[in-house]
Order: sequence, then structure tokens, then C-alpha cells
Amino acid sequence: MNIEKAVLSVITTNKEQIAGGAPIFICDTKEDMDKVAANLEAILDGISHALSDEMYIIVKH
Amino acid sequence: MNEYTYPILFGVIVGTLARLLMLRTDYRQYPTYLHGKVIHLALGFIAAGLGAVAVPAIMEKEFTAITFLTIAASQFREVRNMERNTLAELDEYELVPRGKTYIEGIAIAFESRNYLVIFTSLVTTGCYLVWNIYVAAGAVLICYLIIRKFMSGSTLKEIVEITYKDIHFEGAGLYVDNIYIMNIGLPERQEEIKKYGMGFILTPKNFNVRSSIANLGQRQAILHDVSISLGVFRDSGTPALVPLIKRDLDDGRIGVFILPQDNDVERAKRVIGAVPVLENAIRMPSEAKANRKGRDQ
Repeated sequence: MNIEKAVLSVITTNKEQIAGGAPIFICDTKEDMDKVAANLEAILDGISHALSDEMYIIVKH
Repeated sequence: MNEYTYPILFGVIVGTLARLLMLRTDYRQYPTYLHGKVIHLALGFIAAGLGAVAVPAIMEKEFTAITFLTIAASQFREVRNMERNTLAELDEYELVPRGKTYIEGIAIAFESRNYLVIFTSLVTTGCYLVWNIYVAAGAVLICYLIIRKFMSGSTLKEIVEITYKDIHFEGAGLYVDNIYIMNIGLPERQEEIKKYGMGFILTPKNFNVRSSIANLGQRQAILHDVSISLGVFRDSGTPALVPLIKRDLDDGRIGVFILPQDNDVERAKRVIGAVPVLENAIRMPSEAKANRKGRDQ
């Protein structure tokens, strides 16, 4: 089976909510999180999706 | 020189001209000028030759010569393969790909047009031999009309209503009207999309159209054509900036989200309206026997 989509990384300001396999980036503020997500989006060639105000995931489509 | 020389020559010339007529390089820029065209003109010439010699062969009681036509058939099936492979290879490097259904449609057109050339040459040479050149000229005219008929497929504006609807965000969700398109996380991207994005709603005019425009290949064809004609705000490495079409499951409308470089609403409407309805996407649920029975009762 081919896996077409994958969560490449997780960026969050609330570290209590997450754990698991993908690389996790913990940021202090929302602005910080936006910056990290924008960079990761460009580097990983994925799309940043917002799951909540405190959490972004980068997904490769 | 013998009695067949002029009729065959006539058939070959008419056939090749017919191929030239059917070989238009338009906004799709395909076949490519100049070499792509030369390939198809040469193949058209061969097809015309095959069609033209078939009638004299029968008149000379050389019935086995007809088997040549089967060779022609396999030859032109190869043309379809060639077109499909080339276009599929090129598609990987398009910013907005054509999609397999569109490619298959183009490939089929290339094959069938060669058969139309054979038909044209066969009919005109036949008319020339059986009657005279004037009847043959009349046959050319009829063939021309038939070819025109085959070339003109229907376009989207005939089957859907196109309305402009602004795009908006609800949280991270991007919407066109009430149709959810995708989740865009970064505020920066959202700004870009608000600035360049446009939304259109295509409402099907009847039940058959619903399934045709739901076809993923047809949807990709719309996106490709719009991106070719209006430009696209996208680059490699910006996967978030992607034109998309999603469907409203309730009533079969589709929401078109595009990122054109030219934000002219009327032009965009015209471009969407001119997108060909792909042969392979057309569905006719109303023609199904089960459906018809229900209507009679």
C-alpha cells in the first residue's frame, strides 16, 4: 500500500496536548509558531494546517 | 500515369488538407509548433494515401489490399499511445497538471482524426472514380462538414451556470460560498489567498451534468485550462497555493477555487465556460434502462 499523505511535523504552543512520532516543535508564542510553521512549510514542501489556535501540523499531500 | 493517378492524387491531397484543418494549435499549445505538427502532418499524409488507394485496389479486384487498412488501424492506435505517453510525461512538470482524463481525451482525438482522414480520402477518391471530379468536389464539402461536426465538442457553459462567489475563511477553513475547499493554517498564506484567490460556483443544469462535473478528471481539466489562460499564482515549494475544486454533496454544485494572476471576473467566467466537456467524463444516468422504466410508470 502507498501512503499518500503524512504528517511531517507538529508545531504547538501547548506541549501538554501532544506526544508521538512526528517531530514536534514547541514554541512560546503564536507569532513564533507562525514563523516556524512558515519555514517548515517551505523546507518540507508540505502544507501547514491549523488544528486549533495552538497547533499546526505540516502535511505532505 | 494511368486512369487512377489523378483520383489517387486528389484523394491524398484532400486527405492531407483535412488533417491540416484538424490540426489546430490553440491555447493548449499542443501539438507543439513546429515539430509536433510535422509528425502529425506526415501521419495524416500516410493515412490519406491508405484511404486513397483502397478504392482502386477494389476496382482491380485486389481484395487482399484491404488488409492494409488493418495495418493502418494498428499504426494509428500507436499514435494514440505515443500522444498519451508524451503528454503524461510532460504533465509531471506542469504547475497545474492536465490530469489523465484530459490527456486520454486528447490522445483519442489524435487517433480518431487519422481515421477521419482515411474516410475523407476513401470517399473522395471513390466519387472521383465512380462519377467525376465534380461529384468528388461535392463529397469534399460533405466530408468537411462531417469533420467540423466531429471537431466541435460541447463546452461547460452549455451544461452549467457559472456564478462568481467571494472566497472567505472560517477559522482555518477556506470556503467558496458554502463549499469547504481546504485548511490553510498560516495567516500569511491566508492573506495571499484572500488577495489573489477567486471563487466560482458551477451549478449543473440537469441531473446528467451532476455526475459529469463531479468527475475528477473534468475538474482537473477546468483548473488546468483556467491556469493556462489566466496565469497561476503558484510555484514549486508552495504546495499551499493550489487551485482546487470541491463538490457540494447535497446538490451536486461544484466550488471552483482558483489563483489567477489576472483577477478579471468576466474573463475568468468566459474561460471556465469555454472549457471542453471531456468525452470520458460525460455520464448519462437518465439513459439507464432502470431509470427510464421508473419514468414510464
